[in-house]
Amino acid sequence: MSQPHFSFDGSQIPFRPGQSVGAALTAAGVRSWRSTRRAGRPRGLFCGIGVCFDCLLVVDGRPNERACLRLAEPGMEVSTQEGTGHGDLEV
Amino acid sequence: MPDVVIVGAGIVGAACAYYAAREGLSVAVLERGTVAGGTTSRGEGNILVSDKEPGPELNLALASRTRWLELAAEFGPDPFELEEKGGLVVATSDPGVAALTRFAEGQRATGVETVAVRADQLHDHEPNLAPDLPGGVLYPQDMQVQPVLAAVSLLAAARSLGATVVRGEEVVAAERGPDGRVTAVRTRTGSYPTNAVVNAAGTWGGQVGERLGAPIPILPRRGFILVTEPLPRVVRHKVYSADYVENVASDVAGLETSTVVEGTQGGTVLIGASRERVGFDDTMSVEVLRRLASLAVRLFPFLADVRLMRTYRGFRPYCPDHLPVIGPDPRIPGLFHACGHEGAGIGLAPATGKLISQMLTNDQPDIDPSAFAPSRFAQVTAE
Repeated sequence: MSQPHFSFDGSQIPFRPGQSVGAALTAAGVRSWRSTRRAGRPRGLFCGIGVCFDCLLVVDGRPNERACLRLAEPGMEVSTQEGTGHGDLEV
Repeated sequence: MPDVVIVGAGIVGAACAYYAAREGLSVAVLERGTVAGGTTSRGEGNILVSDKEPGPELNLALASRTRWLELAAEFGPDPFELEEKGGLVVATSDPGVAALTRFAEGQRATGVETVAVRADQLHDHEPNLAPDLPGGVLYPQDMQVQPVLAAVSLLAAARSLGATVVRGEEVVAAERGPDGRVTAVRTRTGSYPTNAVVNAAGTWGGQVGERLGAPIPILPRRGFILVTEPLPRVVRHKVYSADYVENVASDVAGLETSTVVEGTQGGTVLIGASRERVGFDDTMSVEVLRRLASLAVRLFPFLADVRLMRTYRGFRPYCPDHLPVIGPDPRIPGLFHACGHEGAGIGLAPATGKLISQMLTNDQPDIDPSAFAPSRFAQVTAE
């Protein structure tokens, strides 16, 4: 049986059922997937338990999803989040 | 012995402490909880002229606005996130446009800058507004501060001038001499001898007045605010619906809601405003949150796809006539009140502090304080 995958910024990330997006990314060697709002510094998993809101990313077009809480699903489209993830709304 | 004891370390107490210390008075600020822990930290930090009809409160607001600009320059750089963002009041019906335009004309006559905004110009000012709104008025003088930073900055400046700030001190009574004058303020733990006391306890000013032997009619008016996730700059001004002004001035006890939307330097967007007279009941109300959210989406449709991060709530200190109480209490020589600013306490704080310092030093007040006198209440003059 082939392992399920989700896409991350165009590449395919394998995961085991029950694994979080953050765990799968880390297992695949991806350590950061967000840039901070002001200084643009890289962020990935920090607390890993849903508290710190550091590991935010975009899932299926929706920003500010916590990678550590979101269960990986086959075919999910995950992408890096720049700043607030709502740059399109800026006026 | 301090020349003056100020009860309350919210924005008004902080402003009173700063201006009194600047006049060379020795000042002690007593706070039962934490600095800016009451109503100061429960609003949006507004400094508004737009929501006030011509009269004494608008005059106070105009004077106070100038003082905020002075304070920011004096304490700078960027001491408390002062933003001269302007306010945009939006009507939601054609009769609403006419009423708003008349209201703005009256304000204009007393020195408020107003710019009429036609329906087809609204999006030049606020591109994210709903497409079908009939018009509004822009008030370039409206501003915003981060209110906790502002209170802390004022207290820090007062302390550098020799003032002391004591937390965990709850006032229980005033001590008075044979002539009736205040001689000390008694707290749960001790006594502070002084010649003058300023009741700057905000929404709790009625209770503090009562403990000092001089009750004044200040009551709580509850309000909720919704906080979005951090966003880029999506709203440029303080934007609110024209019915907000009616709600501010109304005497209805039940739930009233109007739409107020504005950004912050932190990136969150704050959404208000509700008004309810339910005492100090701070129960969460999903009904209020739902109404505020749906009204905000009516004005800014993009908000429907933005997440709320949290909400907060607080109690505005209101008086029956919607004016603050600023001045000496005729029943107790040496006691001054500086509270009851309802939802405008941040905006009105510096001018209030300046007035109190002028009263404490027997200086000529720079604005006419008679409309704010505690003696306007029957219960004050009857005793």
